Amino acid sequence: MKVVFDHVTKKFPGRGKAKGTEVIAVDDFSFEIPDGKLIGLLGPSGCGKSTALNLLCGLLAPTEGRILFGEEDVTDIPPEKRGVGMVFQNYALYPHLTVEQNILFPLQNLKGAERPTKEEMLAKAREAAALVQIDSLMDRRPSELSGGQQQRVAIARALVKLPRVLLLDEPLSNLDARLRLQTREEIRRIQLATGVTTIFVTHDQEEAMSISDLIVVMKDGKVQQIGKPQEVYDDPSNLFVAQFLGTPPINVFQGRIENGRLLIGDEAVLTWSQAAQPDDQHTDAAAAIPITVAVRPEGFIVDSDGPFSCALRSVEVMGRDVSVVCAHPALTSAPLVRAVIDADEQPARDDETVHFSLKPHKVLLFDAQTGDRLRTGW
Amino acid sequence: MEHRSPKGFLYLLPAALFLGVFLIYPLVDVFVYSFEESYNFASQTWRGIGLYNYRHVLRDPYFIQALKNTLLLVGITVPVSTGFALLLSVALFSLPRFRELFQTIFFLPYVTNTLAVGLVFMILFQKTPYSDGLMNLLLGLFGFTPVDFIDGPYAAKMFVLSFYTIWIVLPFKILILTSALAGVDEQLYKAARIDGTSRARIFFRITLPMISPMVFYLVITGFIGAFKAYSDAVAIFGVNLNAAGMNTIVGYVYDMLYGDSGGFPSYASAAAILLFIIILTITVINLLVGRKRAWRG
Repeated sequence: MKVVFDHVTKKFPGRGKAKGTEVIAVDDFSFEIPDGKLIGLLGPSGCGKSTALNLLCGLLAPTEGRILFGEEDVTDIPPEKRGVGMVFQNYALYPHLTVEQNILFPLQNLKGAERPTKEEMLAKAREAAALVQIDSLMDRRPSELSGGQQQRVAIARALVKLPRVLLLDEPLSNLDARLRLQTREEIRRIQLATGVTTIFVTHDQEEAMSISDLIVVMKDGKVQQIGKPQEVYDDPSNLFVAQFLGTPPINVFQGRIENGRLLIGDEAVLTWSQAAQPDDQHTDAAAAIPITVAVRPEGFIVDSDGPFSCALRSVEVMGRDVSVVCAHPALTSAPLVRAVIDADEQPARDDETVHFSLKPHKVLLFDAQTGDRLRTGW
Repeated sequence: MEHRSPKGFLYLLPAALFLGVFLIYPLVDVFVYSFEESYNFASQTWRGIGLYNYRHVLRDPYFIQALKNTLLLVGITVPVSTGFALLLSVALFSLPRFRELFQTIFFLPYVTNTLAVGLVFMILFQKTPYSDGLMNLLLGLFGFTPVDFIDGPYAAKMFVLSFYTIWIVLPFKILILTSALAGVDEQLYKAARIDGTSRARIFFRITLPMISPMVFYLVITGFIGAFKAYSDAVAIFGVNLNAAGMNTIVGYVYDMLYGDSGGFPSYASAAAILLFIIILTITVINLLVGRKRAWRG
């Protein structure tokens, strides 16, 4: 089922001191989620992603705009008639019911012709349980299950009614690191097996990038960028998106452009070839133009003749690759620059200065004032 | 770690001593008195040992009346007050605003003096040669003939006593139930709503099971409290409860000790032990049912 946000805005009235002012949790959302895909709504806390999910499931009504499932306008349809399945952050399993009773619960709510017979209900519940591999735990109560198992029960309960859209609110936040990895692959597997359009909310960019077909990056109630994870990572539309995606985070420097050369500090790290001169006014000017330069950690190449030099602080071995930690006066995003390089190419540790050359496609430029991306062909 | 260290018992000693002297000893003593025929406080003498006191009490029409009154009171007030409290709490809880205000109003009877409230009830329900009373005035509007609730037919008197008891115990139950309701995870309701659960089903399949431990707590303490009723009856019908035919078991015990017919500690002890056995039985049944039915978090 295709899901469409059509200029959706959600405002909440302010409380306490902020009374009278409105809080805009979701600001003019317009995008389309294609049928049968796994979509990650990604953003820092307070960005409106959970509100967006609640708007989708109908627990909240939008202040303005429409929400469509396929061609059907569901804006004014109550949650139970929307055909959504929802998995809550803390799973919201009924603690006094067994796993089987929990999964049966949505089916038992059906009335009239829709209501299956007892045998059909049991068969459906078993099918859903088998899909998430908890069919051996049907007689347990939620308190007797691990976090990961509870999560599966919640997914089975959401899937048993064959929803048109499956919504997951921070599905992995209550799990430990190892289980998180397992479960996110599990969510992907279940989504592919059922083909149901699935939307999940997360603040963890790695989680979103690893399993989503599409990610929607949000900040302060506004959509920043929508795209395939790799595309958004490689080609962020602004500095926020660039900084939000990627571990370790992108290194941000104060830089400037002078005579077609990109400078960080006094070093010209990249030069525009005459042929690939961008049409942007920034590069034409002879006078120095301040600019924000962001370099992905994997964009550094250790090169003794390289143009970019930093004061080496330490080399952290992480097995497959190493993290070169060094200081640079123009760095603004963190106290130290972090470059991830292949373990075979690590610099000698007794060097005081390490020289890098930069991979042009890993160097992103942003307007120093607005943080908007400046598209520049090298 | 030292296991079986006697030190632990040392810490318990002050409390154990206190309980022993003021709780266990009297209990045992009452038990002993109940088997001692014609025990006399002053001379500390008795005539014989046996079941005579029990036989006497169980044949005493005043005790039978008190037992009947108490059982009726328990049978009416416990289910009605618990059910009513449940209804009011759920209603309170679904109020979008003024919840605190109504909670406070509903709690007021709890902090009001029992006897003062009893006086007000008496004035509301009493029929005197000068006035039919407010309640009869209201009933008159619906075409009922005036009834003297305080000094009239048994059913009317029982009605007033039950009404009063329910009114007195309601605030505490509402307090407990609203806090139990507040403890139910909001997300369960959201999940149920998305799954299309009807309001009735949400109440019976989610809310009620989730607060069932508290409901059972209220039923158990409600039974115990109602069996021990006495001051409520006094507040409405005065101290001569036997004359009004509205005595309770505790009232009977009091009368046997200090009342007009006082000076019979043996009978009082036997009646008290009978009450104890009744309460114990009911509580055990409640606990057994509760263990089976109530969900434990």
